[in-house]
Amino acid sequence: MPGHVLSPYLPILVLMIIALGFGLGSLVAGMLVRPRRPYPEKLMPYESGNPPVDEPRYRFSVKFYIVAMLFVIFDVEAIFLYPWAVTFDKLGLYAFVEMMLFIAILMVGYVYAWKKDAFRWE
Amino acid sequence: MFRTQVMVILPEVLLAVSAMAILLLDLVIKRKSVFALLTCAAAAFAFFAVTGAQGAAWGGMFIADGYSSFFKAIFLISLVLPAASSAGYLDVERAGHGEYYALMLFATTGMMVMASAGDLITVYLGLELMSLSLYVLAGFMRGSTRSNEAALKYFLLGSFASALLLFGISLTYGLTGSTEIGAVASYIMSHGLSGNPALAFATILYVAAFGFKIAAVPFHMWAPDVYEGSPTPVTAFMSVGPKAAGFAVIGRVLMLALGPMTFEWTGLIIALSILSMVAGNILAIAQTNIKRMLAYSSIAHAGYVLLGIAAGGAEGLASAMSYLFIYAFMNIGAFTVVTLLTTEGVNAEDLEEYSGLSKTHPLLAALMLIFMFSLTGIPPTAGFAGKFYLFSTVINAGYLWLAVIAVLMSVVSAFFYLRVVMYMYMREPGHREHRMERSFGARLALGITALAVLALGLMPAGLIDLARSAAANFKG
Amino acid sequence: MNPYLFGYLGAAILALSALSLTRKNPVHAVLYMIVMFFHLAVLYLGLGAEFLAAVQIIVYAGAILVLFLFVIMVLNIKEEMEGERFSGGWPFGIAIASGLFLLVVLITGNIVPGQQGPYTPGVIAAQTNTKLVGTLLYTQYIFPFEIASLILLVAVVGAIVLAKKKLR
Repeated sequence: MPGHVLSPYLPILVLMIIALGFGLGSLVAGMLVRPRRPYPEKLMPYESGNPPVDEPRYRFSVKFYIVAMLFVIFDVEAIFLYPWAVTFDKLGLYAFVEMMLFIAILMVGYVYAWKKDAFRWE
Repeated sequence: MFRTQVMVILPEVLLAVSAMAILLLDLVIKRKSVFALLTCAAAAFAFFAVTGAQGAAWGGMFIADGYSSFFKAIFLISLVLPAASSAGYLDVERAGHGEYYALMLFATTGMMVMASAGDLITVYLGLELMSLSLYVLAGFMRGSTRSNEAALKYFLLGSFASALLLFGISLTYGLTGSTEIGAVASYIMSHGLSGNPALAFATILYVAAFGFKIAAVPFHMWAPDVYEGSPTPVTAFMSVGPKAAGFAVIGRVLMLALGPMTFEWTGLIIALSILSMVAGNILAIAQTNIKRMLAYSSIAHAGYVLLGIAAGGAEGLASAMSYLFIYAFMNIGAFTVVTLLTTEGVNAEDLEEYSGLSKTHPLLAALMLIFMFSLTGIPPTAGFAGKFYLFSTVINAGYLWLAVIAVLMSVVSAFFYLRVVMYMYMREPGHREHRMERSFGARLALGITALAVLALGLMPAGLIDLARSAAANFKG
Repeated sequence: MNPYLFGYLGAAILALSALSLTRKNPVHAVLYMIVMFFHLAVLYLGLGAEFLAAVQIIVYAGAILVLFLFVIMVLNIKEEMEGERFSGGWPFGIAIASGLFLLVVLITGNIVPGQQGPYTPGVIAAQTNTKLVGTLLYTQYIFPFEIASLILLVAVVGAIVLAKKKLR
C-alpha cells in the first residue's frame, strides 16, 4: 500500500518478524537436535556450582523505587527535548530561553535530589 | 509583548520562584523557622502583584481579571494562615520544613493558574500542579500510617477525577474543535450544540471532576479520611484553597465555556448541592473526631456554596465568592485551634479533649466558640452574613424551596457545632491538662481569623461589594 | 487508516488489557501491558502521530513500566500470588465501568466533529508531526509547557519526601 502513513515503518515490521523467527527458530532447532537426559541436579537453577540456598525472588529495597521514579521524571523531561531539537532552527532564541527555563526548573529538582542523597546508595 | 505577559503572571512567578528558593535554601539553612516567614512574605508580595496584574497572556490562555484576583486573594489567605501556624506543629511532629512550605507554595501556584485559566489545558495543568502537591502534603507525616493512608486515598481518587476531567476535555475538543473557553462557548452557541448528548456527557464528567475537588456528595468519599489523616495545618490548607479553586474553575468552565448549557448543568448542581448539605450535615453529627467532623462540615459548606452557582448570574456568583471568602477565615480558624492544642503526645482530635477548655484556656475556648458560631451561621459572625446573602440570592433567583432546605440543614448543623461549645463550656476538664503549643505564628493566625470573622460579620458590605464588582465583569 | 489493521489493533489492545488486569502474577500483568503499549504506539503511528508513538514507547513502555516492575519487586510476589486477584468491591467497580461504557456507546452517534483547525492530516504529513508539536508547544502552548516543568519538579520533591528512607 504505497503512500500509507505506516508504509515507512514496514522495514521495522519485517525486522521484528525476522527477530521473532530467529529466536523461535533457534529454540526449536535446539530442542530437536539436543539429547534430553534430565536428572534432578541438572534441573536446579545454576548458582556458581553450589546448591541454591534461597528463593530467587526476594523483595527489593524501597531504594529502587526512588531511582525508578527519578528516572521516569527525567525521561519525561528528555522527551520534551525532541520536538524542541527539531524545531530549534526555526524558533530561535525565544524557544532557547524557554527550554533553558524549563531545564533550570528541573535543575532545582536535580540539585535538591542530589543534596538529599537521593542518588546515594545508603 | 513578552514583558506585559510576564507582568500578568507575576504573582504566580513570585510564588513559584520562592518555592524553588525555599527548596534550595532548605539545603543550607539550619534555622528552619525562617521558611514560614519567607512563605508569608512571598504570599504578601504575590498579593500586591495580584492587585496590579490585569489582562490576558498567551492568546487568552491565561486571564487575570477581577474574578481571578478575588479568588487569588482567598488562595493567599488560605496559604498564609496555615503556613504561619505550621512551624510549631512541624516541630512537634518532627517533620521536614523546606519541602513543606515549598509544596504549599506550589499548590497555591496551581490554584492561581486554575482561577486564571482561559483554556481547558491550563485548567488541567493548574489542577494537576495543585493536586500533586496536595497528595504529597497529605502524606507528609511519613511515620504515621494514617497520613500514608490519607495520601494514597487522595491520590487514587484524585487521579480518577483527573481522568474524568481529561475525558470531558477531549469530548469538548472533539465536538467544538477548540480548548479555549471563549471559543468553546461561542461554537456551542453558533452551532446549536447545547442539546447534544455527547456534550451533555462531557458536562457530567466536568461536574464529577470538579465535584471531587470541592468534596461535594457523591464525590466526597475521600474527604473524611484525608482530612483526618493529613497534618492539621495541611487539612486547614486543603479544606479552603483547593475547594475555592474548584469553584473558580466551575465558574470558568461551567458558567463560561458551557454557558449555553446552563439549563442542563444547573439541575446537576442543585442535586449535588442538596446531597452535600443533607449528607454532610447529618453525617457530621455522628463524628467524635473533630477533624472528621470538620471534614463533613466542609462537605456541607460546599453544598451551600453550590447554591450560589445554581442561582446563577453575577449575583449568584458574587454570593458564592463572598461565602468562600468568609469560609476561609472561619474554617482555618477552627483548624488552627486544633493545631494549637496539638502538643507532644496529644493530638487534640477527639471531642473529649475539648472538655472544660473554657476553664483551662478561656481565650482559646472563646475563639473556638466564635468559629463554631460562624460555621453554624449565628449572628453577629461572618458566617451569618455570608449565609444571609447567599440564601437571599437563592430566593431571589426563584429557588425558595432550596433556601428552605439550606436553612433547615443549617439548623441541623447547629447540633454538632454547638456540641463542641458544650464540651468546652459545660464539662469539667478531663484527667489530662490542656497544654498549648507556644507558637507565635499560630496565635497570630488565630487572632487574625477571629478578628476577620467578627469584622466581616458586623460589616459585610465591603466584601459583598468587592465580590459583586468581581463577578460583574466576569463574562467571556 | 486501514480498517483491518485498526480492527486488529483495537481487538489486541482490549484483549491485552483484559489479560493484564486478570493475571495473578503481577510480573505477567506488566508484560502484557508492555505488549499492549506497543500496539497502542502502532495505533498512533497509523494516525500520523509519530511523536506520540515515540513517547508511548520511550516513556510508557520504557520508563513507567520499569517503575511498575520495581514496585512489584518491592512487593512480596508469593503473597500476591496466594491472595485473591480482586478485592471485594469488584462487582461494584464493574457496574460503574459498564455504566460508563454504556453511556459512551450511547453518545458515540452524537459526536459531530467540531471545526477543523489549520493542521489537517495533509499539513501534518508534509511538516512531520514532531516538528509541528515542537512549533506549537514552544510558541502557543509555552505557558502550559512551563507549568508542566513545575509539575515534574513537584514530582521529584514528592518522590523523595515520601519514599526516601532517611531524610536529611
